[in-house]
Amino acid sequence: MNTYLNNSYKLKINNIKKTFEDLLVVDDVSIYLKENEFVSLLGPSGSGKSTIFNIIAGLLKPDEGEITIDGEDFTGKTGRVSYMYQKDLLLPWKKVIDNVALPLAIKGVKKQEARERVKKYFKIFGLEGFEYKYPFQLSGGMRQRAALMRTYMFSRDIILLDEPFGGLDAMTKRNMQYWLLEVTENLKASILFITHDIEEAIFLSDRIYILSNRPAKVKEEIKINLPKPRKSEIITSIKFNEIKKQVINTL
Amino acid sequence: MKKLESIEDKLIPAVFSGILILTWYFTVESGYIKEFTLPSPIGVIKALFDILPDLRVHIAVTLQEALAGFFISIALSIILAILMDNIEIARKAVYPLLIVSQTVPIIALAPLFVMWFGFGIIPKIIVVILVCFFPIVVSLLEGLSSVDRDLLNLMKSMGASRLQIFKMVKFPASMISFFSGLRIAATYSIMGAVIGEWLGGRAGLGLYMLRVKNSYAYDKMFATILIIVVLSMTVFKTISLIQYLSMPWFREMKEE
Ligand SMILES: Nc1ncnc2c1ncn2[C@@H]1O[C@H](COP(=O)(O)OP(=O)(O)O)[C@@H](O)[C@H]1O
Ligand SMILES: [Mg+2]
Repeated sequence: MNTYLNNSYKLKINNIKKTFEDLLVVDDVSIYLKENEFVSLLGPSGSGKSTIFNIIAGLLKPDEGEITIDGEDFTGKTGRVSYMYQKDLLLPWKKVIDNVALPLAIKGVKKQEARERVKKYFKIFGLEGFEYKYPFQLSGGMRQRAALMRTYMFSRDIILLDEPFGGLDAMTKRNMQYWLLEVTENLKASILFITHDIEEAIFLSDRIYILSNRPAKVKEEIKINLPKPRKSEIITSIKFNEIKKQVINTL
Repeated sequence: MKKLESIEDKLIPAVFSGILILTWYFTVESGYIKEFTLPSPIGVIKALFDILPDLRVHIAVTLQEALAGFFISIALSIILAILMDNIEIARKAVYPLLIVSQTVPIIALAPLFVMWFGFGIIPKIIVVILVCFFPIVVSLLEGLSSVDRDLLNLMKSMGASRLQIFKMVKFPASMISFFSGLRIAATYSIMGAVIGEWLGGRAGLGLYMLRVKNSYAYDKMFATILIIVVLSMTVFKTISLIQYLSMPWFREMKEE
């Protein structure tokens, strides 16, 4: 509750605009993320969601607008937020534990020490016993969890997830959603989540930004006032379906 | 199932080779082809054992040239591939030249090297480099540039430096491709050394071949060819073994 009282924004995106050659992709988008908040960007594919993430991660510079993190300007600067793609992008030649420890290796931590530091998280991420396997020996869901764990090892406070479950089958996807909710309860991270799955967005989020077709604009911001922690039954509740109707109407 | 398949994989070529050799044997034995034009397989094996003691020194020389050329090619390829991968202009400038270099018949250039560098080991090593260099550079370049762009972006988003991206992602990612280039180059390296030796020199398998050819000892010539084949296969297998040992993940992936 106190996160709403102290009015500090973890991440703030102010009026960003981005054009590729002549193609306007992001048009005057403003978004914010508070501490420990889970916020989804919901929009059709090709609308410019990933571009917004690339801008936040500092991989792209916006034509206009700025990114501030904890009040500090981070426009066009990489290495601050952690970022996970739809593809797991695990390195096939590294064991899972070393893949997960990659962000530490980049920061110059020695291999053994990096392994020690990541070890204790394998249980939380449901990968216990798979530390010394290679990525190809894991299932799709496990690979996504490993990728998420690597993301978390980079930075705990702001995590960008770009359709992390988009490539999974429906069953695995559901399980991963429950699991993610449970994990985020404990991890204390502020998460920005991209999806084009309406139910997924409602189920996971505290707030949803609905984006338009390209160029991406914020059409509406919806607060999800469903109780937390959320259980699977919530999907069939009346409240959930009311929100779903509202979202569909906006889209 | 897997075992059966692999036995089958070995059996089929073995049987086929056996048939070829038998055909060869009977054609020569029946007198259909005269023995002094094409020696019988048994004659070749006999000749092989006869000349083996003399050949040792020649084998050593050829191997030395081939390996020297091969290793220099690897070093040059790595340097050039890294330059071309990092500097767009270098890539644009050099790539077409690389291709053109492969269309120049080495056999035609080789006499030039003899004129410039004499009959020592250097012109042979240069010929080896010319045949080995290309497959290594191309395979390495292909490997380096085939890395997923998202993966590179991910590394950047985590604040990795260019050197770190190269060491942690690009170089390891290009290993499979690199090794296939190395295998081809290693096989060519022996042949390159032999071609270099044809131009003249003091020792080596190529030189020995010329000598026995000039004395019409075709059985010895075939025996030498056999040795060249065995040497080439050996370096090929050695590279495969090094790959097997140095890439445990790849090994397990294939075994899965
Ligand atoms: N680097 C780029 N250069 C040119 N066009 C791009 C680039 N990245 C994205 N685009 C274009 O921008 C649009 C939005 O892409 P993206 O942000 O990936 O959409 P989304 O993630 O919502 O599916 C697409 O039409 C895409 O082709
Ligand atoms: Mg996208």
